[in-house]
Amino acid sequence: MTLAPPVVPSAPPAASSGGRSGSVTWMAWPALVAFVAFGVVPLIGVVLLSFTSWNRLSTDIPFTGLDSWRSVLSDPGLPHALWVTFLIMALSWLFQTPISLLLGVFIAAHKRYRSVLAVLFFVPLLLSQAAISITYKALLDPNFGLGAGLGFEFLQQDWLGDSTLALCVVVFVVSWQFIPFHTLIYQGGIRQIPTSMYEAAQIDGAGRIRQFFNITLPQLKYTIITSSTLMVVGSLTFFDLIWVLTAGGPGDATRALAVDMYQRGFKADLMGPASAIAVILVLVGLALALGLRRLGGRDASASQLEGV
Amino acid sequence: MKRRNFLTLSAGAAAGAALAACGSSGPSDGSTGDTASGEAGYWFLSGPPGEPIRQGAVDRFNKANSGGQIKVTTFQNDAYKDKLKTALGAGQAPSIIWGWGGGGLKSYVDNNQVDDLTDWFAQNPAVKDRLFPASFGPATINDKIYAMPCETVQPIVMFYNKEVFEKLKLTPPQTWGEVMSLVPKINAAGVAPFSLGGQSRWTNMMWLEFLFDRIGGPEVFQSVFDGEANAWNNPAAIQGLTEMQKLIQANGFVKGFSSITADSNADQALLYRGKAAMMLHGSWSYGIISAEGGSFIKDGKLGYMNFPTVEGGKGDPSNTVGNAGQFLSIYSKASDAQKETAKKFFTSLLDDTEQQGWIETGGVPIVKGSDAKLAASPDADFLKFIYNVSSSAKYFGQSWDQALSPTAAETLLDNIAKLFQMQVSPQQFADNMNQVIGK
Repeated sequence: MTLAPPVVPSAPPAASSGGRSGSVTWMAWPALVAFVAFGVVPLIGVVLLSFTSWNRLSTDIPFTGLDSWRSVLSDPGLPHALWVTFLIMALSWLFQTPISLLLGVFIAAHKRYRSVLAVLFFVPLLLSQAAISITYKALLDPNFGLGAGLGFEFLQQDWLGDSTLALCVVVFVVSWQFIPFHTLIYQGGIRQIPTSMYEAAQIDGAGRIRQFFNITLPQLKYTIITSSTLMVVGSLTFFDLIWVLTAGGPGDATRALAVDMYQRGFKADLMGPASAIAVILVLVGLALALGLRRLGGRDASASQLEGV
Repeated sequence: MKRRNFLTLSAGAAAGAALAACGSSGPSDGSTGDTASGEAGYWFLSGPPGEPIRQGAVDRFNKANSGGQIKVTTFQNDAYKDKLKTALGAGQAPSIIWGWGGGGLKSYVDNNQVDDLTDWFAQNPAVKDRLFPASFGPATINDKIYAMPCETVQPIVMFYNKEVFEKLKLTPPQTWGEVMSLVPKINAAGVAPFSLGGQSRWTNMMWLEFLFDRIGGPEVFQSVFDGEANAWNNPAAIQGLTEMQKLIQANGFVKGFSSITADSNADQALLYRGKAAMMLHGSWSYGIISAEGGSFIKDGKLGYMNFPTVEGGKGDPSNTVGNAGQFLSIYSKASDAQKETAKKFFTSLLDDTEQQGWIETGGVPIVKGSDAKLAASPDADFLKFIYNVSSSAKYFGQSWDQALSPTAAETLLDNIAKLFQMQVSPQQFADNMNQVIGK
């Protein structure tokens, strides 16, 4: 890198952004309209609902100020749900990232048998979450499941009836479904790395491990940030999977924020508090996404290929 | 005023989006059919065994009446509850609302969503007098009748596997003491004493309903229902909760019960496959075992009895709990012509054909004297047992989660799940529940 020529600042962008004649801001319109209609408007509705105490039945919605917020924030269930959400987020990130990264490296190579494997790895992503959950629930059934059927002692655990095990199962099933997706992201990222770098490293005598840690990993910085953002923010919204597998149980061992929100809103008919939790979910998600962007350095669009 | 309009608008938009997201499972314009001609919308639960019988009743009514017709839309159980609430909130519910009575009905009443039928029943005593009096309990809110009881009575009873008891040379328990002494003996044989679909939570609740009643009588839960402060601190309640946890700690329930759902019917399967000796469940389990359990019933292996007594308890041993019937209400925003159609439909319900239909599914229609029809059924023994339990019960308690408001019911189910996980003590359970009394 020290031999690289001084970086020449690129020419200032032309006045007509996009480099072609005429304004292209219209290109953002279709996405913007959809986002406002299905993202911003419902969000405003939820924020407004959180200041009411609607029971889903009455046609008028009584405005009750901060009551819903007070009841949610003073409920010991909220810190518990936040903790469960955080645990699922952290554990599934820790579990998924190394595996996806290694699998990504594996299938990035242009070899036919690896392409075949890549297709197979991809299958879990094509299945619906509900179907996956129902299948796993049946497989893990303590009396009629895999353990009882095959007679393996170590499989005969109370997988979904023990607090710790149930949480681990949730993390495992989530990872099982989403590792293929992140593998795909990493595969794409790795194929972007110029082969000249590896060739140069080989000439310098770097082994495979060294190449992985000194070239692949640093070059994948933004891919890792993208993948982590998707994992972390996505894990906030895990609902269907948890709902079908454990319904938040046993007790409240797997009651993450999204499950808590659903139970309050649609089971207990407390739309105000449920909306307050929804707002908290949005804020936590935004904060996490922003935080992860910051991790990428001040200028996230800076090039990693200077001097190549 | 402005703010309220906007709130209604945004809520409507959210509900609309939710409905759209639910896909094509039916029109959302329940009652907005042809209001002038009195075409009345009617939503009910899909799936066997009830759907064809409900549909049959509608078809016969529509054939016999050239005027106002009934238009049917069916839903699955959980989807129905959500969709109905959304439709009520949006002012688009069907003219005829199928439900479970009790706390759910009360929340409709509190929001003026359903009509008071007290006067109509007074004018049509014949409609009222032919039904079980107990079936009007959950239909009555503040001494007024808001729903027409229909369909079948479903008490909770104790099922047992005769084969298991014969093999172990044991007799089914008559008292709570016998239950507790049987548990280690059955466990020792490698069989679970009781099957339980604990993840569904209301399955656990049935145990508490009986224990409370047997120990302290119906008054214990009645005082909760009436909203008395600290009603859960009643010594009978604490004793019931304590006995419950003793049974759980003695491994009274099948291993992994807290991850078994009732919807999967795995709890019935445990019983008829001989992996569990007993099961406390709704009378509808008979139909499930009959359909899925092979020749289990035909071979005479299924036993059933009322819940055991508790030594020194105040409750009458004939008392039972469960569903005293299903309930039809009339949507208050339906047109007059639609309401007329609905009432005419009500008088046509539970005719001989419909009664026969329910009996064939193993259900007892809530019509007085329907026991005369039971004898011809291949399931006559069980049906007569259910008829006797239902008609001779001194007190027919309503399922707690149906009796309470949805808000209190959710807190109750949540705490029951924790009680069964030993996450809360009986006193903590009572403290948590006392906070939502009257809510």
